[in-house]
Amino acid sequence: MKIVKYAAAGSIAAAALLPSGAALAAWELNMPVGVTELSRDIHGLHMLVLWVCVLIAIAVFGMMIYSIVKFRHSTGAVPANFDHSTKAEIIWTTIPVLILVGLAIPAAATLVKIEDTRDSNLTIKVTGYQWKWEYEYLDQNVKFFSTLARDSDAARQTGSGVDPYTIPNYLLEVDKPLVVPVGAKVRVLLTSNDVIHAWWVPQFGMKKDAIPGFVNELWFRADEPGIYRGQCAELCGRDHAFMPVVVHVKPQDEYESWLAEQQGGAAPAAAQAQTVENAAPVTAAVAE
Amino acid sequence: MAHAHAHDAAHDHHDDHGPAKGLGRWLFATNHKDIGTMYMLFSLLMFFIGGGMAMVIRAELFQPGMQLVDPMFFNQMTTMHALIMIFGAVMPAFVGLANWMIPLQVGAPDMALPRMNNFSFWILPFAFTLLLATLFVPGGAPAGGWTMYPPLSQQTGDAFPMLIFAVHLMGASSIMGAINVIVTIMNMRAPGMSLLKMPIFVWTWLITAYLLIAVMPVLAGAVTMLLTDHYFGTTFFEAAGGGDPVMFQHIFWFFGHPEVYIMILPAFGIVSEIIPTFSRKPLFGYDAMVYATASIAFLSFIVWAHHMFTVGMPLAGQMFFMLATMLIAVPTGVKVFNWTATMFKGSISFEPPMLFAISFLFLFTIGGFSGLMLAIVPADFQYHDTYFVVAHFHYVLVPGAVFSLMAAAYYWLPKWTGHMYNMTLAKWHFWLSTIFVNVLFFPQHFLGLAGMPRRIPDYSTQFADWNMISSIGAFGFGLSQLLFAYIVFSCIRGGEKATDKVWDSGRPHGLEWTLSSPPPYHSFETAPEVK
Repeated sequence: MKIVKYAAAGSIAAAALLPSGAALAAWELNMPVGVTELSRDIHGLHMLVLWVCVLIAIAVFGMMIYSIVKFRHSTGAVPANFDHSTKAEIIWTTIPVLILVGLAIPAAATLVKIEDTRDSNLTIKVTGYQWKWEYEYLDQNVKFFSTLARDSDAARQTGSGVDPYTIPNYLLEVDKPLVVPVGAKVRVLLTSNDVIHAWWVPQFGMKKDAIPGFVNELWFRADEPGIYRGQCAELCGRDHAFMPVVVHVKPQDEYESWLAEQQGGAAPAAAQAQTVENAAPVTAAVAE
Repeated sequence: MAHAHAHDAAHDHHDDHGPAKGLGRWLFATNHKDIGTMYMLFSLLMFFIGGGMAMVIRAELFQPGMQLVDPMFFNQMTTMHALIMIFGAVMPAFVGLANWMIPLQVGAPDMALPRMNNFSFWILPFAFTLLLATLFVPGGAPAGGWTMYPPLSQQTGDAFPMLIFAVHLMGASSIMGAINVIVTIMNMRAPGMSLLKMPIFVWTWLITAYLLIAVMPVLAGAVTMLLTDHYFGTTFFEAAGGGDPVMFQHIFWFFGHPEVYIMILPAFGIVSEIIPTFSRKPLFGYDAMVYATASIAFLSFIVWAHHMFTVGMPLAGQMFFMLATMLIAVPTGVKVFNWTATMFKGSISFEPPMLFAISFLFLFTIGGFSGLMLAIVPADFQYHDTYFVVAHFHYVLVPGAVFSLMAAAYYWLPKWTGHMYNMTLAKWHFWLSTIFVNVLFFPQHFLGLAGMPRRIPDYSTQFADWNMISSIGAFGFGLSQLLFAYIVFSCIRGGEKATDKVWDSGRPHGLEWTLSSPPPYHSFETAPEVK
């Protein structure tokens, strides 16, 4: 923890010195904890292996620094002449193996959980295009494209002269976000229409490739309503940096009225209510 | 037979005469020292060209917004930077060192196949002229990443066949270089030098050469399939025709992972030579070092899919590649522990080669740690294709492979030229490089963890601050390398006379130090005796 605190303190000091006046959040050092069970498990694994590495580093770097400081030629150190020790080799082969086993067990458990896409409440098919995403709510008759927001797109043209800091959520805003209900297990089917893309929302902890001719799947269950942003994470050509992923996680009722709106267009209130009722079985499953 | 062969070669060279005069000395070179020099100067040139591309990348990323280049050109820069640094800078530099040092270290008069040696070097300028020429053809240079994943790489313009042919040429050059290394080591060692008496640098190169022979043809096959998909109607990697784009990634990384070790095993060898010299103590655990190197080489063939955990593999596959990858930490750890034990209770002095070796030790280990983190599949789902990965592989390749090359240059340059270089400037070069390389790459860990994807020319404002720091580090690091070129060239031109042993540490041991500095144009025409 100490190291992290010092680093954070250093960042704050540095931030104060720089004229940019950027928010402190800009000096982010670590992976977000996220808002799904998977992202929290992954964050936990990340911190576990990070601390294991830090401890090993303290031991190994400590030994190196000790040797460098203590056994200096300039202070008249006389070299020993030993050149092997089978015992030492066995020790420093065995201990790492045990540490690795200790890391592999929780990692394997999380992996099994990640791969379990059964019992989902909602399935969305995501198709990558150069350079936008298409979202299709399977069996719901809702399907739309999601592209980079207009103001970001204007600002990001080479030599546009627009200051990115004046654009809210520069490069991380879309015209039409994906909307999902909070607490629902959402199964995402991924494919692509042209080259390989990758769909990623860091707060959900999951990333997977969208590959032409293949269907990949991942799942997430967001615990808190909110707006979550991510990006394409596989080089897909010229505008790879400009096809963000934005997901609005809404309370169940707001999600349902949004869905109804998508399905019915400007449908009258009665019809809208009807649609919500039709969607009810899905809701019931969520409640389970 | 080996002896007879060596004898013939010596006669071919008209050993009473010095080097040929003029350009012919270099064009028709069969002398391992001349060819080694050409390899290394070529790689230095490529290091600066590839480095210039890195400067373009970091300049565009200096602040958010697109200021300097088009996104397409940015992608060309990242792709070309990687290809040039890997195939043009790091690999030829190690082959150059192999050419210079293997005959000197095993007591052979030259490489076993001198004319093939000439050929394998002279292919390279053609390969890289072809590759660099792609910058000027319609459609621009390759921009699909050095990994050339289809279908994206199929969108390359006129550069496409040039890229494929350049890769074929580089591969042919590497394979010939590797054959030469193996034949030399296996047949031309001095009498009495059994395998387990070979200098450790020779060992690491022997293993590296086998890796090269095993995987370069795989790369050639992969890119040939790309070529036939493009021009001859095959659909190896096209889903529409029943092919599989992921299959390319499997084939590519079956080459690509051993390739990573091709770039680091000789570095291990160099560091294992330098640390004992300046610790005035024998290398700790020589046998363990050899076995660890061999284990790493073996494991490198069964971990390739950890580069592609996000393509959607079966659970069992992910488990296997996670565990196999984690295993690599064991022999790598053994090497780090042995180097530390070599310094322990030694008598350490800090000449430039040792400074770079120590820096290697610390910073390569950091790259090892992030490698272990990347092996954990669930965590990799977050790290994959972010700047965390960029930080990881640059830590193992820059303060890893490149620093070992700097260390090697500072270690053997007096032997090669007969002159000492400017120690003060070299120490400046060391400190500037070590500080700036960390300013450059350490913040990239933070960027990746915070969610910045790699290979993007522009980013959201939340990533602005660390990117600016990283770019400052990049400019500092780039400029510092000019100092290296200056030190090397002024050392070639003159300087204080170097002694035969060069380093006054009582060590270094090894046949190369029994020769004069510089060594005679034809050395070890009579094989030395190794006890």
